[in-house]
Amino acid sequence: MRGLARVYLVVILVFLYLPIAVMITMGFNASPLYAMPFSFSTDWYSALAGNRKLLSAGWNSVFIAAIVAVIATTLGTMAAVALSRRSFRGVTLLKILLLPPIAIPWLITGTAMLVFFFWTGIGRGFHAILIGHVALAIPYVVLVVGTGLATIRVDLEEAAMSLGTPPLAAFFRVTLPLLTPSIIGAALFAFAVSLDQFVVSYFLATPGSSTLPVEIYSAIRKGFTPEINAISTILLLGSMAVILAFAIFARPGAASDRS
Amino acid sequence: MFGFSFLTATPMGNKEIGFTLKNYRVFADQPYLLGVAWTSLSIGLWTTAISAVVGFLAALALAKATAGRVRETLLILILLPFWTNGLVRVFSWTMVIREGGFLDWMVRSVWADAPSLGFLYSQPAIVLGLVHGYLPYMVLTCYIALVSIDDAVIEAAASLGARWWTILARILIPMAMPGLVSGAVLIFVPVIGSFMEPRILGGTVGVTLGTVIEDQFTQAFNWPLGAALSFTILAVVLAVFATFSGVLRRSATI
Repeated sequence: MRGLARVYLVVILVFLYLPIAVMITMGFNASPLYAMPFSFSTDWYSALAGNRKLLSAGWNSVFIAAIVAVIATTLGTMAAVALSRRSFRGVTLLKILLLPPIAIPWLITGTAMLVFFFWTGIGRGFHAILIGHVALAIPYVVLVVGTGLATIRVDLEEAAMSLGTPPLAAFFRVTLPLLTPSIIGAALFAFAVSLDQFVVSYFLATPGSSTLPVEIYSAIRKGFTPEINAISTILLLGSMAVILAFAIFARPGAASDRS
Repeated sequence: MFGFSFLTATPMGNKEIGFTLKNYRVFADQPYLLGVAWTSLSIGLWTTAISAVVGFLAALALAKATAGRVRETLLILILLPFWTNGLVRVFSWTMVIREGGFLDWMVRSVWADAPSLGFLYSQPAIVLGLVHGYLPYMVLTCYIALVSIDDAVIEAAASLGARWWTILARILIPMAMPGLVSGAVLIFVPVIGSFMEPRILGGTVGVTLGTVIEDQFTQAFNWPLGAALSFTILAVVLAVFATFSGVLRRSATI
């Protein structure tokens, strides 16, 4: 039974990684039609280096993700501290309100943002994508930092305060340093959310401000070249690296170890 | 957006804008949309059902046949693709299942004259891509539910003579039900609103409510109709959440 279970898990992993492996391989295949006798070539990577449109979209993606990580982490950390340390009326309601962005189909979120930004005159483009991504990333930050907060004992902050430390100083000198791994983890997470976000960017992008996934989508629809495989491979490995860094920093499983 | 869904036209240019309910009558006015809605629903149900069976078994294998570092590593490996770009992963399937693609090449390397198994641009292709995208949800929620089941319960049942299928049907599935339900909701909800998977893997047969809405916003420029359709989906989503809110809350507190 045990052996069977392990074989099954390996099958699942093959299923999950097979298409990714094929895509990465095809990025190094000389044939533009994905024809199968494989012949190694780095032509598509050199072609990519000359593709201004994809590269500038890629730069946009990274730039937006970095700003989103900073803003969403700041706002989300403040929200998480408020939600877990203070109790005021409507705390539960606020916590529930944080969930829909995670649970509602992105198509609806994306079109709703498009209509809302249009209605309020914010319009589309770079800034709209930025605002949209921050809104999407905040719930995740609150979740990650909130989990981190739950593992820190409140008594430490209270002990500092009972020894005469002002509350704000106690927060910055006791809680914040203990929370740093979670905050870095949350920032990485927000970065990954923004980097991989397609639907919302797609509805908010204008020609100059499109992000990498948006460009990839339109390239796929127009009929594509393996250049797309090359850039997709880079994007894929990039976001995997970010998420692995998150797993190391925030250690989601660590919460149960400590209690 | 809600207000928008009642407008007669997208408020750009000088067109006269009025309020109307006609966007919500679209299912009656354009009967083909009922077929589209049925396609979306059946894709959603198939994806959820397949993910439930495959994901539950994976979670079971993970929870009962692994431990320690192996388990941690496997869990991360299963969840990792989930946090990479969905679009890229959907696209990568096109290379596997296209005619003359990787799948065909694999089959033909064993049996040279094999007929093409390529099934890109079909409904099964869409479901395959969606299962690939959302399976980790199910594995995670079922895993959390299954890990909390004490092995002693299973051993007790086995020592009293219960067969494995009895254990599965009477103990494991009922006790993991909250995980199964929340996994199913978490999969069904985004799937009925999906549009890029049907677009890329379904080609011309991949018309779903999601792609219709996308077209209304990007091609037809009929935002009010798109908004009305979005709200129809949202209503379904909220109904699903409301139906299962009890179970979801219970599994959220685990």
